[in-house]
Amino acid sequence: MMQDQETVILQGHIIDSLILAKVLDTILMMGGTFDLQDVQIGKMREEPSRTRIIVQASSAKLLSEILHAIQPHGASVESERDCRLTAAPADGIFPDEFYATTHLSTQVRVLDQWVEVEGIEMDVGICVDPVRLTARTVPMGQVKRGDLIVTGREGVRVIPLQRPRDRDVFSFMESQVSAERPHGHIIGDIAKRLMQLRTEFREGKVGSKVLLAGGPAIVHAGGREALTWLIEEEFIHILFCGNALPAHDMEVDLYGTSLGYGHVAGRVVPHGHEHHLRTINRIRAIGSIEAAVRSGVIKTGIMAACVRRGALVIMAGTIRDDGPLPGVITDSVEAQDAMRAAIPGIGLALLVASTLHAVATGNLLPATIPSVCVDVNPAVPTKLADRGSFQAVGLVMDAASFLCELARGLGWKS
Amino acid sequence: MSRLLVCSPDYFGIEYEINPWMRRSNAVNSDQAVRQWHNLMRVLEQEVGVRLERMQPIPGLPDLVFTANAGVVRGRKAVLSRFRYAERQKEEVYFEDWFRTHGYDIFTLEEGLAFEGAGDLLGFPDEWFGGYGQRSDIRAFPILSEWFTQEVLPLDLIDSRFYHLDTCFCPLSGGDLLYYPTAFDRYGQAAIAERIAPEQRLAVPEDEALKFACNAVCVGKQVVLPAGCPRTEQLLDARGYCPHPVPLDEFMKSGGSAKCLTLALD
Repeated sequence: MMQDQETVILQGHIIDSLILAKVLDTILMMGGTFDLQDVQIGKMREEPSRTRIIVQASSAKLLSEILHAIQPHGASVESERDCRLTAAPADGIFPDEFYATTHLSTQVRVLDQWVEVEGIEMDVGICVDPVRLTARTVPMGQVKRGDLIVTGREGVRVIPLQRPRDRDVFSFMESQVSAERPHGHIIGDIAKRLMQLRTEFREGKVGSKVLLAGGPAIVHAGGREALTWLIEEEFIHILFCGNALPAHDMEVDLYGTSLGYGHVAGRVVPHGHEHHLRTINRIRAIGSIEAAVRSGVIKTGIMAACVRRGALVIMAGTIRDDGPLPGVITDSVEAQDAMRAAIPGIGLALLVASTLHAVATGNLLPATIPSVCVDVNPAVPTKLADRGSFQAVGLVMDAASFLCELARGLGWKS
Repeated sequence: MSRLLVCSPDYFGIEYEINPWMRRSNAVNSDQAVRQWHNLMRVLEQEVGVRLERMQPIPGLPDLVFTANAGVVRGRKAVLSRFRYAERQKEEVYFEDWFRTHGYDIFTLEEGLAFEGAGDLLGFPDEWFGGYGQRSDIRAFPILSEWFTQEVLPLDLIDSRFYHLDTCFCPLSGGDLLYYPTAFDRYGQAAIAERIAPEQRLAVPEDEALKFACNAVCVGKQVVLPAGCPRTEQLLDARGYCPHPVPLDEFMKSGGSAKCLTLALD
């Protein structure tokens, strides 16, 4: 992905002299790319033309070489000021006019250098350490009094998302959401990605983890076995969920029902509505989900697969959760911190059948991570797609159908 | 009557090396240089019919003789040169003094923005060309364009032997252009071709370009050029110009010829 960029100004009689063409050709020939902005063409012969060119390169070294090559032809680096830093007035409070981030890669200018903002996430602030020349995002609740926070917009630049190189569903503005579109090829592309990421995961490559954020509808609708298989086969490495998904998953294992419905027969079982409560109570008595799996109480299903495969599970609680299960984080700020900490290293996110977790996770993810949002309610994928990332794919479909088709595409025999 | 600014070669010599032509070991024959210069003046005054303005030579400034690099003049406006090399920067105050005492409105570029006068800014009445890449900085041309309300098309000089635009590019009075195409890259050649019709582009052969055939002074139909460029003379003749070959090989030792030794004042 293109990371480094600099804005240059080119002015004068640059059109007929072919100086502009030469500068742009030079950028491309050296392996960079450009974005022409504010092109003003002189209307009379004696009037000069002027353009701003954003020069992008895959490394700081290449960018520097390109700038070195085009500067003799009049391309001057646009003078930029350092970003403005203001000390946070108190713990948990940003200074007025704090810069609010987007989910796109962002750089801030500190002591005449562009510094990459670490951990980019939308709707948070940027804290700068001018001594170490580092910048990181900081959520409002975590700011400490005296932290130097970027204020205003000067010296901040947002790097537009580059179109991914892979020619698949993530490459071509596929984010429009429709229930009418055929899903087959989209799921096929996702399966290819998962296969590729698993290979990279097994090679220990950074950015190869797959996250699934899901709701209990996965279990109710019949996607449990497919998801279990995907975890067992190491296609999914991180699970974000609430209290209900694990509760109903383990209810199936203990009672053969989910929310009281016979999981196989599809009938209401007498007193079945109590099963999830009895499940939660049982696990609470054992002390943890992991202990329940390791001791053989829970033998099958999503949670058992996660424990056996060492998948990271973050359970974020909500109001009126039953129990909750041990391990469910009931403090929502703590929960978001735990989710945030799990984001680095993720190469693909599947947000399935949970408005709450899909939106929360979507807002934690940088735009550079491709994401797939699957929900029967078009409002959820639409909301995610509206974040403006063309790496967000929306599918209006049933969670179980999606997971089963995906798993079959990867070799699952159901 | 056209006026040209000149400076006699009393102190001319090779005292440093700032272009590929200069070799300190290749000493100038001063008497010969003086003779050649006076002959050039005679041709300019008597055969071409220009009026000469002479400035005082200064000891220790061997290149002051190349007045083309004093600056660029149009009407009463004079933009002073800002030499790239320290060796010639010492000339700037003397050129400034001459323009000032002769009543010109003087324009000065910011310090560090190299621009070597009429050596790198030439043109036709409606379109000027600026040479950059060797001595002048391309960033000077938008400023000059504004000061003179004039289009200035920059041309990249890619061959260090042709280190000023006037060593490889000579606009002629009838709209013709005497030039050496390969001193420019394909962009420059395309820009020139876009503006000047094929029959008006007179491309000099390499051996004569290396004798600075393009470093010519054109006044009306009279063209004064260094001797030894017969094919260039034929090109000029065919387009109705009257060539005046003048031996100037002592000045070629320093990388200059007829045009470099003069500055058009009007």
